[in-house]
Amino acid sequence: MIYLTRRYHFSASHRLDSEALSADENVRIYGKCNNPYGHGHNYTLHVTVAGPVDPATGMALDLGVLDRVVSEEILEPFDHSHLNLDVPVFVHLVPTTENVCREIYRILREKLAEAAPESPAHLKKVLLEETNSNYFEYEG
Amino acid sequence: MEGQNLFGEGNVVIYLTRRTEFSASHYYHNPDFSPEENLRIFGKCNNPHGHGHNYTLEVTVAGEIDPATGMVLNITDLKKLLEAEVLSVMDHKFLNKEVPVFASRIPTTENIAIEIWNRLEPKLTFGKLHRVRLYETSDLYVDYYGGR
Repeated sequence: MIYLTRRYHFSASHRLDSEALSADENVRIYGKCNNPYGHGHNYTLHVTVAGPVDPATGMALDLGVLDRVVSEEILEPFDHSHLNLDVPVFVHLVPTTENVCREIYRILREKLAEAAPESPAHLKKVLLEETNSNYFEYEG
Repeated sequence: MEGQNLFGEGNVVIYLTRRTEFSASHYYHNPDFSPEENLRIFGKCNNPHGHGHNYTLEVTVAGEIDPATGMVLNITDLKKLLEAEVLSVMDHKFLNKEVPVFASRIPTTENIAIEIWNRLEPKLTFGKLHRVRLYETSDLYVDYYGGR
């Protein structure tokens, strides 16, 4: 079993404001991140797939397939967007990096399986860096 | 007191990682595939003249702390092993042509990581090889923990 990790980048803005909290609570809990205009980050996304090495190709998964799926499903909709306004799932779900990380995992788990149905490789982990100082990992 | 016996317990496992770099060229080609298939599957990597990368290798050894030295291993021994088994074999080499195993096995990052594991694991007389992580570029790496 080999674990292959590919790193991608996207930039997006977001605002942390929970429908479950009052306006005062949102300000208290999220602080600067509650600014109604939003703010942005350069996100770094690490996608890890696990699988045996195909003896014919020497590869765990065709990187072209991985790049295409990540580009179509994540980078195109997320990059240079306002997550709350432009990505439907985050209209009612606070786009904390935890939630963005989990959503990326959910999307990629499904779409990678669809894109390479014959491949035994599968999504293992999504790691999302919001800044150099904090990152989140989700393994399902 | 917790922590007081860190250097004496003998059952505390520590993971030590040594990073090193090497530069090599390679190309991807399977003689069982047609030229068209090789090009479709491997793309630019199929160029028979090869192309190169600066690889970054991270070797992680797991071991107990020697109470006499406070160390898992003498890093000098690990450096010597990496020099003998990896750098002298792969650094500034055309992997397909100059590293025998890659004459019949495509030198993908996956297979290079496995080959490095296979070279280091039997020669490691201190600690236990835990992980081989090999970066082909800063945006692509593989991890191998041994086994199938």
